[in-house]
Amino acid sequence: MNLEKMYQEIILDHYKHPQQKKLAPLDSGAVEVHHVNPTCGDEVTLRARVVDGVVVSVTWDGLGCSISQASTSVMAGLAQGASLHHSLALAAQFLSLMQSKGVTTEADEVLEDGLAFAGVALYPARVKCALLGWMALKDAISREPGELNE
Amino acid sequence: MPEPKLNAELLKKDFPLLERTVRGGKQLVYLDSGATSQKPRVVLDAERDFYENHNAAAHRGAHQLAEEATEAFENARAVVAQFIGAHSREVVFTKSATESINLVAYSLSSADSPIQWSPGDEVLLTEMEHHANLIPWQEMAKRTGAILRFIPVTDEGLLDLTNINTLIGERTRILSFTHASNVLGTTNPVRLLADLAHSVGAVVVLDACQSVPHEAIDVVALGVDLMTFSGHKMLGPTGVGVLWGRFDLLESMPPFLTGGSMIEVVTLESATYSLPPKRFEAGVPNMAQAVGLAAAVKYLTSVGMDAVAQHEVDLVTKAISGLEALPGVRILGPAGPRGGAVSFLVDGIHPHDVGQVLDDDGVAVRVGHHCAWPLMRRFGVAATTRATFYLYNTEDDVRALIAGVERAQRFFGSAS
Repeated sequence: MNLEKMYQEIILDHYKHPQQKKLAPLDSGAVEVHHVNPTCGDEVTLRARVVDGVVVSVTWDGLGCSISQASTSVMAGLAQGASLHHSLALAAQFLSLMQSKGVTTEADEVLEDGLAFAGVALYPARVKCALLGWMALKDAISREPGELNE
Repeated sequence: MPEPKLNAELLKKDFPLLERTVRGGKQLVYLDSGATSQKPRVVLDAERDFYENHNAAAHRGAHQLAEEATEAFENARAVVAQFIGAHSREVVFTKSATESINLVAYSLSSADSPIQWSPGDEVLLTEMEHHANLIPWQEMAKRTGAILRFIPVTDEGLLDLTNINTLIGERTRILSFTHASNVLGTTNPVRLLADLAHSVGAVVVLDACQSVPHEAIDVVALGVDLMTFSGHKMLGPTGVGVLWGRFDLLESMPPFLTGGSMIEVVTLESATYSLPPKRFEAGVPNMAQAVGLAAAVKYLTSVGMDAVAQHEVDLVTKAISGLEALPGVRILGPAGPRGGAVSFLVDGIHPHDVGQVLDDDGVAVRVGHHCAWPLMRRFGVAATTRATFYLYNTEDDVRALIAGVERAQRFFGSAS
């Protein structure tokens, strides 16, 4: 019962068919970050490219549980093509969802497939799994210095 | 004469926590004793009795309570010493086994250390160490310039002793290794390694966290110089660990933590230190925890450590054969003889997800790298699922584990 609440079909789908899980070439203008969850060893390598305030590309590779992999897949789909500003807002919204103890609000709807992770917020030990990819995104696009795009 | 088999169903009733349910009414099946054990009522009662009736600062004060607290603390030391075949003055109470190893690594590398370090000196560890028996030595190497070397691990999960005669040599100052792996269940040949290390004059340190709780230990027969273990993994409270050491070695070692209690004479400029064990017990000691640990030791002794060991062998054998019978499940570690940690991998399902399904059934296991990240790398995995057993586990618990793993396979298989 509880199990289905956490492992929504959407999550399992993303786990089995992850989006953008293939690193784009690391050409100039792209930033690569590597994030690890030290409590479990899950890891994600993420490459992002920001051009004129738009996140034009998010690709990744990683090793980890269904929650971390599915969440990173959802994140990659949402962030790619979004403005830098909107991507950061999405990351903040997802963090707030993870701190919600499973109670969703209207504001969470921008997360689309990401809403399926509301059940994960009921399991404090798994919140970090769901956040792994989002933290990598935040890191990567915050680091993207304008001068690299010259 | 073999000891009578223990009755785990009956013993389970001594552990209040094991009666509880989790995750919406599921009976708890606790298979994470390798991380920390549950506590029998006698341990909880002993701690409470100390606080209710005898609490005062040990080794200080002239009042009756101070005498009683001192006596309770020193009696606890005697009980623990007897349990491992040691003398009381060789038993140091620390906060934890982690602190014990830090104490040793720090003391043996400080200015007054009995070991005088020269460039190129070596500390020998193994690839299967818990971070607690790795990182203190990494830090020590930074201080001393010592070189860390490692006994490799075979694919089967045993120490690879092929090149042991080159690994242990003139430069080896310290050999520190685990008695039983917290991941693989491997039981290492302590005496053999200790004798080899002694032949080159090295100090031998044993991490016995996963052995002292589970089998009868005679520290003299093991032939090591220093040995550490923790209270909370052997039915005792948290906040108490043990460092055992050969007295003449302890006597030659400078203190780690300093302050009250551990001194002889103090002036504004300098101090002289007590003999062990007090030299290593600065501050008001963890009296209630030591008393609780002694109660745990008495409880274990009354059950019989040989019976505990045999019970765990029975459970581990059943767990391994049950898990291996499932297609796509692989056990990490030797077939046997082995200790009680059973780490396994389930094809296509991440350990965290296996653990989550088990948790949904009330079965508590450990998932992750088990504080042995380099060992995980050695086996090319990021994490494993690990079940560990103790005297209160039953065959039903093993069945629940196997049924849970099957459910995880169905859950993640059917969802594709």
